[in-house]
Amino acid sequence: MSDGDARVSITTDTDVVPATVRAIVAGHGSFSSGIISAVEQITGRGASFLAMSNTGLCLDDIQGTLARALDDTGARVIFTDLPAGSCTMAVRRMIRARPGVVLVTGINLSLLLDFAMQESVDPIIAVQTALERARASMAVHGA
Amino acid sequence: MPVALYRIDDRLIHGQVVVGWGQPLELRFIVLVDDEVATSEWEQELYRMGVPPEMSVMFYTVEDAAAHLAELQKRPEPGIVLVGDIGTMGRLVSQSDGRIRAVNVGGVHHSPGRVQRLRFVFLTAAEEQGLRDIAALGVDVSAQDVPSARPVPLGELLASTSGA
Repeated sequence: MSDGDARVSITTDTDVVPATVRAIVAGHGSFSSGIISAVEQITGRGASFLAMSNTGLCLDDIQGTLARALDDTGARVIFTDLPAGSCTMAVRRMIRARPGVVLVTGINLSLLLDFAMQESVDPIIAVQTALERARASMAVHGA
Repeated sequence: MPVALYRIDDRLIHGQVVVGWGQPLELRFIVLVDDEVATSEWEQELYRMGVPPEMSVMFYTVEDAAAHLAELQKRPEPGIVLVGDIGTMGRLVSQSDGRIRAVNVGGVHHSPGRVQRLRFVFLTAAEEQGLRDIAALGVDVSAQDVPSARPVPLGELLASTSGA
């Protein structure tokens, strides 16, 4: 699977992981690679994230792939797309045994952009700031 | 429409179930039938937190689900009965006194020993026989991951080698 952007790292194969990865993005279909490619296009910092898709994977395989991604990258933040999604379920089950790892679900592009721009900030702290801006970014116009 | 769907899905409660089926069918309850989850408060809480507030979740063993099936089918609001594997559905159907007329194969993903039949269905020989056994009880078995997809009848599913 590829979105044509060479700087977007996609797993299920986590053998080669950029050293700069600060967070994992997991979700349905091409959600993760797509949203990371948008981060790359806007900020040039797509390499801060490792993408993972649940496509074709059972729950155990999702959990195993995410665990390897955490081990390989040392990332402490996982972003997922949907609160009820299988990636979210797998992460919630997995982080019971991984204190210090944070799950953020229901993400949007504003959240990842803000997180990506805080490269010098501890990732856990960066998440809190980014969350506030992500929530504020959703608006209805013209109604 | 009491129980709208009897589904086999190894991801159990996830996006396709809650959103993909849940919204068009206006599901108001999920019956998760799994002997292990039924005895784990933590697992139950995990799944409860994944569903929207308008949807309730019940956790049953196969035996309890079979015992409650008549009552579930009388509920006024639509719901779904969800199991994680073919063997569990086979046990439930065999204890249901003919109350289950159709089974949806929604997701059985790759693992060693399984052969791909559809993009979202991989089966061992024993699992194929399990589906045939369910059908032999007069149950309509088809594979369909989301409502907008075409239901693939059991015969076509087992003959498929395309993985399409």
